[in-house]
Amino acid sequence: MERILFGDNQFFAVNHISDEKSMAQSIRFKEDAAILKTLDVAKNTGINTFMCTTHDRIENICTVVRNNSEKYHDYKMYPCLPYAHKYANSITENGVMGTFQKFVPGNVLGSIFKGGMAVLSRDYMDLMELMIDSELKMFKGINTPVIFLQNVITDLLLGLRMKDFLVGFHRYVKLKYNAEAGFITMNMPLLLNVLESAGIRQPIICTSINKAGFRMSGGISLYEKVLQEERARIIAMQILAGGAVPVGQAIDYVCSLPGITSLLFGASSKTNIEETVAHINHHDQVYNMTKQVQVYA
Amino acid sequence: MIKVAVVGAGKMGISHLAILGANPRVDVVGVCDTSKLILDALYRYGHFPCYTDFYKMLDQAQPDAVVIAVPTKFHASMVRELLKRNIHVFVEKPFCLSIVEESELILLAQKRHLINQVGYHNKFLGTFKEVKKLLETKSIGEIYHFHGQAYGPVVLQPKQDSWRSKSTEGGGCLMDYASHIIDLINFLIAPIRAVDASKLQKVHSTDVEDAVYAMVELENGISGMISVNWSDETYRKMSTSITIVGKKGKIIADANECKVYFKAKDVPFGYSQGWNTKYVTDLTANVQYYLRGEEYTAQMDYFLDCISNNIPGSINSFRTASETDNAIFLIREKQ
Repeated sequence: MERILFGDNQFFAVNHISDEKSMAQSIRFKEDAAILKTLDVAKNTGINTFMCTTHDRIENICTVVRNNSEKYHDYKMYPCLPYAHKYANSITENGVMGTFQKFVPGNVLGSIFKGGMAVLSRDYMDLMELMIDSELKMFKGINTPVIFLQNVITDLLLGLRMKDFLVGFHRYVKLKYNAEAGFITMNMPLLLNVLESAGIRQPIICTSINKAGFRMSGGISLYEKVLQEERARIIAMQILAGGAVPVGQAIDYVCSLPGITSLLFGASSKTNIEETVAHINHHDQVYNMTKQVQVYA
Repeated sequence: MIKVAVVGAGKMGISHLAILGANPRVDVVGVCDTSKLILDALYRYGHFPCYTDFYKMLDQAQPDAVVIAVPTKFHASMVRELLKRNIHVFVEKPFCLSIVEESELILLAQKRHLINQVGYHNKFLGTFKEVKKLLETKSIGEIYHFHGQAYGPVVLQPKQDSWRSKSTEGGGCLMDYASHIIDLINFLIAPIRAVDASKLQKVHSTDVEDAVYAMVELENGISGMISVNWSDETYRKMSTSITIVGKKGKIIADANECKVYFKAKDVPFGYSQGWNTKYVTDLTANVQYYLRGEEYTAQMDYFLDCISNNIPGSINSFRTASETDNAIFLIREKQ
């Protein structure tokens, strides 16, 4: 995994601190061309990985990436599935069963769940695999070395103690897509324990890590302790804590921590993207030098 | 350990179940639903004891507390049964469909010293808690107007197929989206006493309203407006906000930020004259387990704390939820 990954929240009006900004982003990125232009800005700063949800509009981005193989020959996309709001809104409207019926292709539900009951436990895994396939269709022909499970599903499965689905996801993306599984979570220490208990070593975990301690369930000191142990490949997200911490300080904090493989961020403007990348590169250099000095000493 | 059971494994029930499942001081002793497919998955993979019969679950699982997350029309009878069995109750919002039944249940819970809570989670959000603090110290002076709003993309097409699209079962935007903002106004400023005008508008639905617009008056004489629309697809998810205008300042708050304007230099600690913005990141305490928002875990922690300490909570009690339902009734009646 590369050190810096580019995220897609800004493209789809996901803003954790302001509904107003969220709407402004929705207007700004109405056209796919605006998204592509921003991806190019990021690409020009050296970011070759785009971590994105399975939002309908990503399909168009995928088409462009696929059709311009020369320009995007070393470009990677990390799909994060499912695009949860699509399902959450549907559940309110159609109920849990109605939502399955709406999104699972064909009459599969009818054929594997006889009389409203699964005959074998395997059938639930089949259902999960079908939903993974349907979400990943748009990425066909694109380099997707890591495939993520969105936090709302990872964390739901954690709370419901359904470890088997986390393991099933890990196994299936390897088998079918030759990709590594990644897990997005707001409960990193808890998730890591559960994955390890299922025999998954050094998992890829994308989680909130920021100086403000925001969305770090169990507390910032627990996170720092777990990071020290270097038991996982960690991608830090929400590093700016939604904008609550000034950029320089925010990045200084994350770069100073051990055990973080990559940093994920998203931004709309050229200036913000370039500034953030410059901050990361600068702080990485400083901490690498410090480490070298410590080794020599 | 507190023995808790959940009835209803839909969107909210499953969310509560996960929050309870991750809580080390809770023993989930039962989950009850009518969907065999969902129960089968919860039993096989989550190893939760599952039931299709509510009474059988109560008899066998012997819970200390039950979380109710079934369609609103079933709330009253289930709550009554639980209270009679001396079981603490957390029930999803809105509380019930009849104010008369609610009064009886409030008295019963009180008489039996049982913890009673309704799931209005906004009160556990950092931004709205900050608004409450600012209003308690009268920092924006005498309030003379407010506007509560909630918008989101729930019903975006004519065909719907759940209890939420049926007026007789507690469906509709007034009972669902609008109840949140009504409850918030009741909590932050004062309970709604009268409704001057209201309009319940259908956008896509045939049996229920998709939007609610009302002018309301509070117990303390302050008047304001409510605008709610659950057929607004310009919002990615539900957005709830409140603007409160006082003689010394103004507050605009939603789930993400709390913007405050102070006319003069006389301001609370941490604020200054003019505009101030506090973000949810500064105002939100971490929880032990996060799912969909800190407020969902925080409200359940509050319920469990009340049970452990044996002290009835003042936030989201049956009584305050009934005041919200009374306002819902007034808005519907005025149309």
